[in-house]
Amino acid sequence: MRKFKEFIIEKLILFCGLASIFFVVLIFLFLLKEGLTVFKTVNPFKFLFGKNWYPISEPAQLGILPLILGSLLVTVGAAVISIPIGVACAIYIAEVTPLKIKEILKAGIELLAAIPSVVLGFIGMVTLVPWVKSIFKLPTGLTALSGSIMLAFMAIPTIVSIAEDALYSVPKSYKEGALALGATHWQTIWRVMLPAASSGILAAVMLGIGRVIGETMAVMMITGNAAVIPHSILQPVRTLTATIAAEMGEAVVGSEHFFALFAIGIVLFMISFAINVTADLFLHKKK
Amino acid sequence: MMINSKRAEKIAFFFLFLATLLIVVPVGMIIVIIIQKGLPAINWQFLSDIPRQGMRAGGIFPVIVGTVYLVLGAIAFALPIGLLAAIYLSEHARDNLLNRLIKLAIVNLAGVPSVVYGLFGLALFVVFFKFGASILSGSLTLGIMILPIIITTSREALESVPYSFREVSLSLGASKWQTIRRIVLPNAIPGILTGTILGLGRAAGETAPILFTVAAFYLPQLPKSIFDQAMALPYHLYVISTQVPNVDEKIRYGTALVLLTLVLFMNLVAIIIRYRFRKKKKW
Repeated sequence: MRKFKEFIIEKLILFCGLASIFFVVLIFLFLLKEGLTVFKTVNPFKFLFGKNWYPISEPAQLGILPLILGSLLVTVGAAVISIPIGVACAIYIAEVTPLKIKEILKAGIELLAAIPSVVLGFIGMVTLVPWVKSIFKLPTGLTALSGSIMLAFMAIPTIVSIAEDALYSVPKSYKEGALALGATHWQTIWRVMLPAASSGILAAVMLGIGRVIGETMAVMMITGNAAVIPHSILQPVRTLTATIAAEMGEAVVGSEHFFALFAIGIVLFMISFAINVTADLFLHKKK
Repeated sequence: MMINSKRAEKIAFFFLFLATLLIVVPVGMIIVIIIQKGLPAINWQFLSDIPRQGMRAGGIFPVIVGTVYLVLGAIAFALPIGLLAAIYLSEHARDNLLNRLIKLAIVNLAGVPSVVYGLFGLALFVVFFKFGASILSGSLTLGIMILPIIITTSREALESVPYSFREVSLSLGASKWQTIRRIVLPNAIPGILTGTILGLGRAAGETAPILFTVAAFYLPQLPKSIFDQAMALPYHLYVISTQVPNVDEKIRYGTALVLLTLVLFMNLVAIIIRYRFRKKKKW
């Protein structure tokens, strides 16, 4: 009897162990199931590179190039801001600051990661957007730049915590060796620690960027949501994620528009899959 | 030469410090602004009344209740599966391809954009299983989303229990499952609790996964069953700050404060549990 119970439990544990694989496959399958339908009527090439996104006009024009460029612009902006600041903060926490402050800073970074994106979006709307508007004398502060700044804040916790881990796991002997040779602490960090931790830091940056591309609510609230090809970072843009979130409510289940939004979901899923697998390879290379 | 490199170090450390300030100061400001402007809105009526006049007056009680239901539903689904998955990874799995695949799947699950979870929940639970937009659909969607958090933290907690504990138990004739249940799990509880609370916090704050699976725009009554739609704090904040014109600023900040307090409180509790557990650890 006990043997039987153990057997059942073992199988249950195995079953749950496989659950994550099951769910990843399930998510992909259901996105494909709904999303691929759109390619019966729209050519995939035209879908990806079409310059017009007018999903409810007659006939609908479903080109997601403006959305891809919108996501790209906001992401590049956020990366430019968050990578230097995030990596610098990680070095500061890992190497410079005393232990007591280190614990507090790490808790603070964790809290930043926990702030819901809708709250950051709200705060961006009431503070950042008016600032951007008045500083650059624009008709509206809802721009790609505002989105980039706010998204940088969401990428930073990811970058800091993973880069800090990478620096921490550099063997102590590397550092001691460099210091013993007469290098200053900064020279040691710059010439020895950073190169040794480079693959982990690269993974940190990639995962941070992955977070930015997938971010939805804040971006929808502060980038202005204009589905046109952007020419400057001071223009309103619309990202892939915001398009899904903003339009799915109105799309009729089973319509071409509905399927097109799922097709955007496929694009997002594949981007995040590629980023996560590559980052994982970098993290494993370290070990 | 020596003076130069010393000076270079000072300058470099100054910039590192500056970068850290650039993160810490805005975070502090965000929290202070929300508390300062939101606190005047918080009173018993705001927390216990239904929204009135098209959400421009009254309270947010059904919104809070909706979030509580969703979060509890999500954890009820994710905790058992996540914990057993963590047990599999730490106690059963060998270092083989399957194990590697599972870990990769967890990383990917954690990286899937939240709005894609929303699409998935819509396709699977709302449309395919015909649960409709309901607490059930929303909870399951959120549950799958927080699964990676629960698996990862629980696995770390289980793996931090020393191997010798297991060996002693097994050598006394206990079976593998008895060892896990009586020896490994009790010693890993603080870590598992940390993961659970972090998962709760994440589920409470996410908006995109519930957009199409459960969230009601305006529903001034309490949900009666798990097949009802419900209002939820993050979606409500989105609605009153972008979709409804002329909402009093106080109500917006008040709602933001309630949501922020809920989420940060849970994270703080998790951090404290982990910190005290690390200090107390005897091995």
